[in-house]
Amino acid sequence: MSPISTGYDWSFELIERYDGAIAAAAAEYGLDTYANQIEIISSEQMLDAYASSGLPIGYPHWTYGKEFIRNEQAYRSGQQGLAYEIVINSDPCIAYLMEENSIMMQALVVAHASYGHNSFFKGNYLFRQWTCADGILDYLVFARRYVMQCEERYGAAAVEEMLDSCHALMHHGVDRYKRPAPLSLHGEEARATQREDDARRQFNDLWRTLPRTGAVHSAGGASGFPAEPEENILYFVEKHSPKLSPWQRELVRIVRKLAQYFYPQGQTKVMNEGWATFWHYTLINRLYEQGLVNDGFMMEFLQSHTNVVCQRGFDERGYGGINPYALGFAMMRDIRRVCENPTAEDREWFPELAGTDWVKQLDFAMRNFKDESFIGQYLSPRLMREFHLFAVADHSREETLEIDSIHDNDGYRRVRRLLAEQHKRDTQVPDIQVARCALDGDRSLTLQHSIFRGRPIVESEARETLKHLTRLWGFKVSLEGIGEDGRVEYSQECGA
Amino acid sequence: MQLIDRRLNGNNKSAVNRERFLRRYKEHIRGAVKGMIAERSITDMEKGGEVSVPAKDLAEPSFRHDRGGDRETVFPGNREFVKGDRIARPDGGGGGGGGGGEPGSGESVDEFTFTLSREEFLGIFFDDLELPHLMQNHLGAVEKSKPKCAGYVKEGAPCNMCVTRTLKTALGRRIALGAPASECLKLARENLARALQDGDSSESIEALEREIVEMEARIKRVPFLDEIDLRYRNKVPVPQPVARAVMFCLMDVSASMDEDKKDLAKRFFTLLYLFLTRKYEQVELVFIRHTEDAEEVDEQTFFHDTKSGGTVVYSALELMHQICVARYPASAWNIYAAQASDGDAFGADVGKSGRFLREQLLPLARYFAYIEIPDEGTMQNSSLWTEYEQLTQERNGNFAMSSVSARDEIYPVFRELFKKNGATA
Repeated sequence: MSPISTGYDWSFELIERYDGAIAAAAAEYGLDTYANQIEIISSEQMLDAYASSGLPIGYPHWTYGKEFIRNEQAYRSGQQGLAYEIVINSDPCIAYLMEENSIMMQALVVAHASYGHNSFFKGNYLFRQWTCADGILDYLVFARRYVMQCEERYGAAAVEEMLDSCHALMHHGVDRYKRPAPLSLHGEEARATQREDDARRQFNDLWRTLPRTGAVHSAGGASGFPAEPEENILYFVEKHSPKLSPWQRELVRIVRKLAQYFYPQGQTKVMNEGWATFWHYTLINRLYEQGLVNDGFMMEFLQSHTNVVCQRGFDERGYGGINPYALGFAMMRDIRRVCENPTAEDREWFPELAGTDWVKQLDFAMRNFKDESFIGQYLSPRLMREFHLFAVADHSREETLEIDSIHDNDGYRRVRRLLAEQHKRDTQVPDIQVARCALDGDRSLTLQHSIFRGRPIVESEARETLKHLTRLWGFKVSLEGIGEDGRVEYSQECGA
Repeated sequence: MQLIDRRLNGNNKSAVNRERFLRRYKEHIRGAVKGMIAERSITDMEKGGEVSVPAKDLAEPSFRHDRGGDRETVFPGNREFVKGDRIARPDGGGGGGGGGGEPGSGESVDEFTFTLSREEFLGIFFDDLELPHLMQNHLGAVEKSKPKCAGYVKEGAPCNMCVTRTLKTALGRRIALGAPASECLKLARENLARALQDGDSSESIEALEREIVEMEARIKRVPFLDEIDLRYRNKVPVPQPVARAVMFCLMDVSASMDEDKKDLAKRFFTLLYLFLTRKYEQVELVFIRHTEDAEEVDEQTFFHDTKSGGTVVYSALELMHQICVARYPASAWNIYAAQASDGDAFGADVGKSGRFLREQLLPLARYFAYIEIPDEGTMQNSSLWTEYEQLTQERNGNFAMSSVSARDEIYPVFRELFKKNGATA
């Protein structure tokens, strides 16, 4: 077959033809995607999109202005290039292409975003559980309109105050576990009957004679509120704050919902980018095999591709942490390699993968894991050697740092576990929960920070954040840090 | 698949957010703008400007981890480490080996610097003067602008890089850095040649050869191209109005005019200048300061140099007239003049000035504005004021005057100006 295009410039017709070819290739591999919507934008519009974390519609707030200025500045002075694409987890899945890009770039982005990311959004369990792709655009429109109405009615300053306070607690405004749906009246009755029934069936008079020791425990649980610690602070504020008016509660809810929308993205960076990069690589190579793109196209493509998946060593110039594109892409490729050409080592480490159908295995991995578990499950010794991974232990009590383990036989499992741990959200965000709330007393709220391995939180920022929480709660708020031995190590408070 | 062209949608979606950001940091920005007004020349007044806000004021707090505690971090690119090696904690007390525990945190930025656009800068400048909104638009509006090359700058987008200029700079740097080594090299070569001729001991010849190799290596180590060599073409938009004008700034700089008064005068002159640049393609500035005698000076001297002495207003008016006749014939130039003074004038000078102004200058000038900046608490009109007041009654009405003691009073003079020129402005 003859190549689709040989020139540099793109046109709408060409993009459509590339999309058709890529879609056909994707279908061969069975990628399941939402419908695609591709939008051509200018570089200024890309900067706009940057500022609002890629969302097409956002409510007005100064922090987005700051972000915009920062990006614009960096871009104009040449310190930072623009991302080639932005893709939105919605149904239809919206991908932005920049008008400045060459036709090769546009094809790459279509493969990367509209087939790679898109199928990830549709398939991955975290996205399925926590985001609602067909509702998000409507919700954003609602949020924007609501915020602007509030500004009109209550003044921009009051709204800004509320949003500032909510943003401060955004990381502590997500649910990590689904709340059970409230029971219907019918369900409640059924449950009560069931309980009585169970009690009747298991009745044994002997129980009566046992001495009661659990009394203290049950008394403690009954008098405190909330009965269980609540980790979603914004949720707690929205539901229980004594002072907020209804519009303010709605604002809290909007911020909370947005935080929840981004919750899966932060936890699947390696997988999501790795998956999309793997598929643009595979799909474009497939086009090359079919003769739909020529050598010149491939050279240009490989140059962009290798730039994206470059991983620098910790002591090299330009090192910026572990590149999720590089790690993710390498892992996806590695899974395919293990399936197709396993070595003896692979057979030992991944007996369930070796020699099976790689498309199925990759699909399974994409659907059922997040970064933490994905790395824990699939990072192979071979990759650890390729990346020269090593772990450094930094213990506050010791003078020097110690090399904890490296990419050798003794270290593989430990390095892998530590790297997985590093990608775990729970270790990045301090564990702070609502512990007590004196609803029948002075209405003060107490947060508890469970200190993990002696890691402190930034004290000055914590104080500022407490002030924000006080504004939301309306009464005194305090924060206590609980050490691993259960003792209170520090406490702060902020009066209303 | 749906393919949509969004380029036509307009791209200022973030404008509202940017404006909110500026509003929030108004105090910082206002302070910075005030500094810029003082520093800048009148002709530069309408450029944008860089404003820095301390990064800590911008920070949005949240509960997050600090350094310290126990942690293990995985890094790529191991070369020599094996398990159990101990390495010194990098500066800053830890966080993670290699200083890369949290990417980006290594190079924390203390200041958040950004550029105010021309409109934003003028907006704040006008805010201070309490101009009505309509007026701001009038002054702020430019019909057309054209990009014009304006030299080279050290940073810019890669597409604007000027290769020849960059290589020139690189060449210069290479020569400069390589100079000491090449001197030595030359010397060593000469010595070697001489030594070979004289048949010196092989040891000294070897030493010389070694030196030559070392020097050559040193010259080689100077990089061909370095980041500091990069030069980019600079382009600035230039407004494109019509015709030309000259603006005379006259100011009494006798001891009684203190810095505050000069600042007021400067704002007044700036406003007039901005107005003129909207209307005329080319506006030239002439600064005349006077004490007992008048002299033409540059802007820096005009606003910042102190000079003491008495006050003879007439001298300045006369000098202006001379300059007009010599360099700016009224047939080819639109002549504007603004005079600032604290009103001090003595004896015959007052009458003479008034007469000269009426008979010689006003017929030449398109407009003559006088602002008086009296000492605080003075209720009485100055003698110059009384004399000039008669001129406002003149029929052709190209004279306006006002007394100003605070910034927000500057504007009325301008309103006067626009009322008069209502048909043309």
